[in-house]
Amino acid sequence: MASGGDAKLFARGKVTELRQELVNAGKKDKNHAAKKITLKKIVANMTMSNNDMITLFPDIVNCMSIQSLEIKKMCFLFLVNYARVKPEIALKALPVLLQDLDDSNPLIRALALRTISYIHVREFVEQTVGPLRRLTKDGDPYVRKTAAITIAKLYDHDRVLLEKTDLIDRLNSMMRDENPTVVSSALAALMDIWERSETIQLTIDYSTASKIVQILPDCSEWGQTYILEALMTYVPQSSSEASLLAERILPRLSHSNSSVVLTCVRVVIYLMNYIADDKLISSLCRKLSPPLVTLLAKGPEIQYLALRNAILVLQRRPDVLRNDVRVFFCKYNDPIYVKVTKLELIFMLASEHNIQKVLTELKEYATEIDVHFVRKAVRAIGKLAIKIESAAEDCIGCLLELVSTKVSYIVQEATVVIRNIFRKYPNRYESIISTLCENLDSLDEPEAKAAMIWIIGQYADRIDNSDVLLDDFLYAFHDEPVEVQLALLTATVKLFIQRPTKGQELVPKVLKWATEETDNPDLRDRGYMYWRLLSTDPAGAKAIVMGDKPVITAESERLDPVTLQEMCLNIGTLATVYLKPVQQVFRSVKPRKLHASPALQKQKIEAEVNTPSMQMPIPAINFKNTNGTSTDTAAAAADAYFQNVATRQLQEMNINGDGFGDSTMASTPGERQYVVNQHNPTQIYQPQVGPGNGDLLEL
Amino acid sequence: MISGILIFNQKGENLIFRAYRTDCRPRLADVFRIQVISNPQVRSPILTLGSTTFSHVKHENIYLVAISKGNANAALVFEFLYRLIQLGKSYFGKFDEEAVKNNFVLDFGYPQNTETDTLKMYITTEGVKTERTMEDSSKITMQATGAISWRRADIKYRKNEAFVDVIEEVNLLMSATGTVLRADVNGQIVMRAYLSGTPECKFGLNDRLLLDGDSAAGPVGNVAGTKATKAAAGSVTLEDCQFHQCVKLGRFESDRVISFIPPDGEFDLMRYRATENVNLPFKVHAIVNEIGKSKVNFSISVRSNFASKLFATNVVIRIPTPLNTAKVTETTTQGRAKYEPEQNNIVWKINRFSGQQEHVLQAEADLTSMTTHKAWSRPPLSLNFSLLMFTASGLLVRYLKVFEKANYSSIRWVRYATRNGSYEIRF
Repeated sequence: MASGGDAKLFARGKVTELRQELVNAGKKDKNHAAKKITLKKIVANMTMSNNDMITLFPDIVNCMSIQSLEIKKMCFLFLVNYARVKPEIALKALPVLLQDLDDSNPLIRALALRTISYIHVREFVEQTVGPLRRLTKDGDPYVRKTAAITIAKLYDHDRVLLEKTDLIDRLNSMMRDENPTVVSSALAALMDIWERSETIQLTIDYSTASKIVQILPDCSEWGQTYILEALMTYVPQSSSEASLLAERILPRLSHSNSSVVLTCVRVVIYLMNYIADDKLISSLCRKLSPPLVTLLAKGPEIQYLALRNAILVLQRRPDVLRNDVRVFFCKYNDPIYVKVTKLELIFMLASEHNIQKVLTELKEYATEIDVHFVRKAVRAIGKLAIKIESAAEDCIGCLLELVSTKVSYIVQEATVVIRNIFRKYPNRYESIISTLCENLDSLDEPEAKAAMIWIIGQYADRIDNSDVLLDDFLYAFHDEPVEVQLALLTATVKLFIQRPTKGQELVPKVLKWATEETDNPDLRDRGYMYWRLLSTDPAGAKAIVMGDKPVITAESERLDPVTLQEMCLNIGTLATVYLKPVQQVFRSVKPRKLHASPALQKQKIEAEVNTPSMQMPIPAINFKNTNGTSTDTAAAAADAYFQNVATRQLQEMNINGDGFGDSTMASTPGERQYVVNQHNPTQIYQPQVGPGNGDLLEL
Repeated sequence: MISGILIFNQKGENLIFRAYRTDCRPRLADVFRIQVISNPQVRSPILTLGSTTFSHVKHENIYLVAISKGNANAALVFEFLYRLIQLGKSYFGKFDEEAVKNNFVLDFGYPQNTETDTLKMYITTEGVKTERTMEDSSKITMQATGAISWRRADIKYRKNEAFVDVIEEVNLLMSATGTVLRADVNGQIVMRAYLSGTPECKFGLNDRLLLDGDSAAGPVGNVAGTKATKAAAGSVTLEDCQFHQCVKLGRFESDRVISFIPPDGEFDLMRYRATENVNLPFKVHAIVNEIGKSKVNFSISVRSNFASKLFATNVVIRIPTPLNTAKVTETTTQGRAKYEPEQNNIVWKINRFSGQQEHVLQAEADLTSMTTHKAWSRPPLSLNFSLLMFTASGLLVRYLKVFEKANYSSIRWVRYATRNGSYEIRF
């Protein structure tokens, strides 16, 4: 079968010729060589979706009883493929299969069992139950293993029928089988049934957990994965149980199969929730780190997965991976999805100690070719200024250097982050405004424009020609997206408040536009609010509009505690790639949660997950004694709200938005796609480019 | 779990379609073709549509796709696809569109066994003869489910030999100022075992057994006890190691002994990572000057940093040039250099590079003028090489012992080689 000559089998065959070949092969055909070649052609055609092949069904059924494993395999493949379309012909094959279930050769028994259970035809399912009960006790472990998985298959076909039989109980008792492969298959089958059943609960007690951990070394690598997955249904009743088990599975972290490693990481992190001993926890954390990094030597897909999970683990257990940020530095030829995730990790791991190294590296990334990646790098530099106060100066230097490249998207990205830096450190770095003003013309994205307009408004009194600059932007007021319009409105009011003579011409014009010539309720409401404020109490207006802004932090990108906790129970699964609540990506999946037990370290978990920095920043409202009325405070808060409204609105409007450069990105094809089907739109999740990737570097 | 495995060629033609669950409909092949193969925007190996996820790996000129429903174990899915490629390679020599032709064992989407050796027993090129069947197949089933699923019982060799290859890949990232940003070694120990019976092997390295980092010895095993032995000079620190499934991980964890019953033939015994005291075989010093907008001057010197009796082969240095390079003139003290316009590279090849030597390349690139001037992004220059009898980590095999009931004597061979991983120098 291995010969390259098989390619010719892929020629499109004619049914009549193939049938002739099958029949003619007849008696002279030694070892059925000719038949085999014909069958190969048929299978090849079937794979190419040449649906004419279905008319050969009766001929294939005739071949099935030939005592040759190879022929049987091909015939069964055909049967499985077409049984759904022609159940009446498939039924003719049933007696052959049932007979094979009694064959003396265990391979044939197992093959027949596997085949019969693939066929989603009622008679097949019903007829399988009887022999299957017998085969769960077969003398040969290979058959028993196949039987275990068959039970899960039958459950998929007809759960009502299966729940009436004792097969699930039998499956349960297979956990006591002497053969480790049978046990791991039984566990995989049970997990599969549990995932789809509303009624069946799966919990493993300590003695069972202990037993399956013991057979772990004797299982194949895949079997080890199934056993580790099953361990997630075990709820430790005491801290010592959990510790013991965690220590016993630790050696798995050195396995070369990455699914064993990641699933083991998942179980260890899960068990930590039930361990009281802090010393042990930190020792476990230390051990988790090297294997995660080692996965970076695997293929890019596994690397990506490992990195996404590293983001998760790092948030839940900051002790893990806190060693050396350098392992996450990008290689030039890394695929883009790996690079972007590495960048996020670099950002998360940056601290006062390594900031110089990190900045040099980020600056390098900011000159690469991929636009998306470059933008993220620039954004990361800006966010580091906010995250690490002592590094702010260096970060700004870095940004200015990048602005001087005059590359449009770099300038825009830098403008946005510099706005945030101004907000974080007022009255410190305003000297760089003039540099920014040199690049006004290259701004064409709404977010960058809004950021620049905010800067002009906020510092209208320090920028000599602020009115001219603003007027330039106002020129196209009606064509701008609402985000920019809101920014323009606020900035104009700020200009007027700070330099009434320069702003007096602009303000009435803009207020009129905002209130009378727009369909957007937010813009109109804000327009009216400013209008009334300015006309009734100019002094109050100044206090409100120019009041202190809420503090911004760099930590808002963290996952919320509930999601984080849930994701940690799903390490290594697809949902971790998206870093979204599992239910949001896969609606029908059973939720997993930490089960209560006397050992569950509730308080510790609360404390760990809800670190102060994780909570949403609460706007700090300063009471002003000068005109300290309560309405004033409220108004200040309202203003604070409005400052954010644009960004927040965006976030709310597209929860799964990529965050930056929304308008430009959204216009490219394949960005945000929906496949419409009859009932509800199917959402496409695609990490990195598309929505829902849990990108952390967004503000 | 995995609902189906599909294989496509680059044109998007479906070569193999194996459904393991009823939810894997044939039309999903079309969905994948449209959403991934013919979509130039795809930048991720994973795509989720509704509850269906396509995970794909590209190899040679084919796509291997796993379809899954729900929140599957992604690590398992990819690991399985990699194994599929490995299997394909060991069956056909090369796994590409032409070679795609075989069936693998997967049950209801749960991977069962992917050891090449064992599968070779199942999937034979000639059909199983009836009289043989009985005896043979019970052996097969025993093996498929037994504890040592990777080895047949009745292996016999006249001459018992074991070859151990220590292959290291050095990764380097050096900044323009010459500081090492990152240097690490990904090592791999490949073993070819031609040993009779059921041999138990023990394997020793000069590693410092320092996986645990600093003081706290942790409650696991008796790590503290073995630490006393580390003192020997010339030992190396391995950051982490991973083993083939035949290695008894429990024993490694408790008393740091690598003990195993090897599969027959070639396999990856272990992989490791080292980051401390990496011996960099080559030092590169690059001076690149942009002279105005029309010229770039390169002066690259490469120095070999290993014993003078060793020599590296196939040394290739790739020096990126600006995109608007028109012409390059170059001179070298050794080897040949050539400008490759399609790659925007100067490729400098030195077939044999002896230890403790230095070679220099001087080049000048003329640039065509461009209407829009965009700064040149200066990708890093990279090195390829292979070097025998040298390990960048300093790792050595101290012993390999073979124990077998028959008590035969065996011949063991050890080879060392170091290759480039991603060996990049910025300038």
